[in-house]
Amino acid sequence: MLNVRVIPCLDVKDGRVVKGIRFANLADQGDPAALARRYERQGADEIVILDVSATADGRLARFETIGRVRDEISIPLTVGGGVRTVEDGGALLQAGADRVSVNTAAVEQPELLAGLSSRFGAQCAVLALDAARAPSNGFPSGFEVLTHSGSNRTGLDAAEWARKATERGAGEILLTSFDRDGTRSGYDLALIGAIREAVPVPIVASGGGAHPGHMRAAVDAGADAVLAASIFHQGDWSIGRLKDRLQQLGVAVRR
Amino acid sequence: MTAARIGTGGEVGIVPTGVANLEAVRSAFRRLGRTPRVLDSAVDIERAEYVVLPGVGSFADGMAELRRRGWEEALRRRVESLRPTLGICLGLQLLCDASDEAPGTPGLGCVSGRAVRLAGAGRVPQLGWNRIAAPTAAVFLRPGIVYFANSYRLEEVPAGWTGATGRHGTRFVAGFERGGVLACQFHPELSGRIGAALLNRWLEEAPAAAEASEGMTDRARMAAAC
Repeated sequence: MLNVRVIPCLDVKDGRVVKGIRFANLADQGDPAALARRYERQGADEIVILDVSATADGRLARFETIGRVRDEISIPLTVGGGVRTVEDGGALLQAGADRVSVNTAAVEQPELLAGLSSRFGAQCAVLALDAARAPSNGFPSGFEVLTHSGSNRTGLDAAEWARKATERGAGEILLTSFDRDGTRSGYDLALIGAIREAVPVPIVASGGGAHPGHMRAAVDAGADAVLAASIFHQGDWSIGRLKDRLQQLGVAVRR
Repeated sequence: MTAARIGTGGEVGIVPTGVANLEAVRSAFRRLGRTPRVLDSAVDIERAEYVVLPGVGSFADGMAELRRRGWEEALRRRVESLRPTLGICLGLQLLCDASDEAPGTPGLGCVSGRAVRLAGAGRVPQLGWNRIAAPTAAVFLRPGIVYFANSYRLEEVPAGWTGATGRHGTRFVAGFERGGVLACQFHPELSGRIGAALLNRWLEEAPAAAEASEGMTDRARMAAAC
């Protein structure tokens, strides 16, 4: 049986780790390689780096940052930010990523996920799905897909999009609740449940997770992994202490 | 970065399977004090003391790349002589006869077996950390929790090899070894301290383990000559 993965997320801008609330008001949190190394030592199961300004700047995630983090860690590294083509994905893998996540471009170019998946394998093709509670009734799941770091509403239903993306080859969904991002109010369990019902691939819960109780609830709702950022950056929880607590709550984690 | 010259002893050569991300493998060996080199000829596969066949990507693409480069025979000879060779993930499957991922594409055929799709209660792909069991007779493989990223599996440990197994919905082969050859369905380069310790054991023990299997080597040579 697979252990539930605990994944610290490094939102990177201009080579530094930042963290905000609902994707805005970003504050500096430190050096990506130093943080990644610290988190691996604490027991992180994977590291996610999202270059949060790459798409807006019209460029790919920075290779230099990826390479520095890769050299420091011996656990998997997922990288997202500005991937628009299969070649972009290949370049990130070459720079040291193990898996590539796509968000905006996957919505705009239906063939991108299929291309990444057939070229590098489904395990390499991660769909980063940012969703918010839908403002109207036109969304069967109740959630709408956002792109461009949350600034663009697509009109797509989140569950319907997850299903399509998985059919095209996405091997995992990194599912972020825009409403909960940085709020520490817990993962959006209804969102996790809606996507779990729609797809068979692993789901990483993201947005709002602040303590082990939130994480246990996300796992019960159908998540295979839990991602958090500010609680680790700001020292509220070390990953080791968090995993101890998760184990006490009956969640299988790697020790 | 200076690369070790192939043929001077102790060098680690990595086979570029075309689509694999080599950086994780390279950095793992660098952390163990080695200077791995990406190989660029069949002669290097003969000469390198250690050869790593990594693998991310599809079975068909991996085999097509080995064929295009004309490296199949050199790799087969290494494995059949049980010289220090490490197959990772797809690299393990490429050593086998075939895979359901690419019907009609023969593998290297060094070990008998066919990779089939993971099925049962576990999610596919298997993405994450899973516990494996290994027999005490194994030189390299040990029980522990290691990182997997795979959609296909081998159902049985090949006859004549010592194997580790795990469960993901159903039982699967997590790795097998014989002489200096080690094949892992998981990613030792991404399995934290346990993975690094395994790679280190392989570096330290594989040359002697290959020597100790001299008898098999002769049989393998004869088989290759037929």
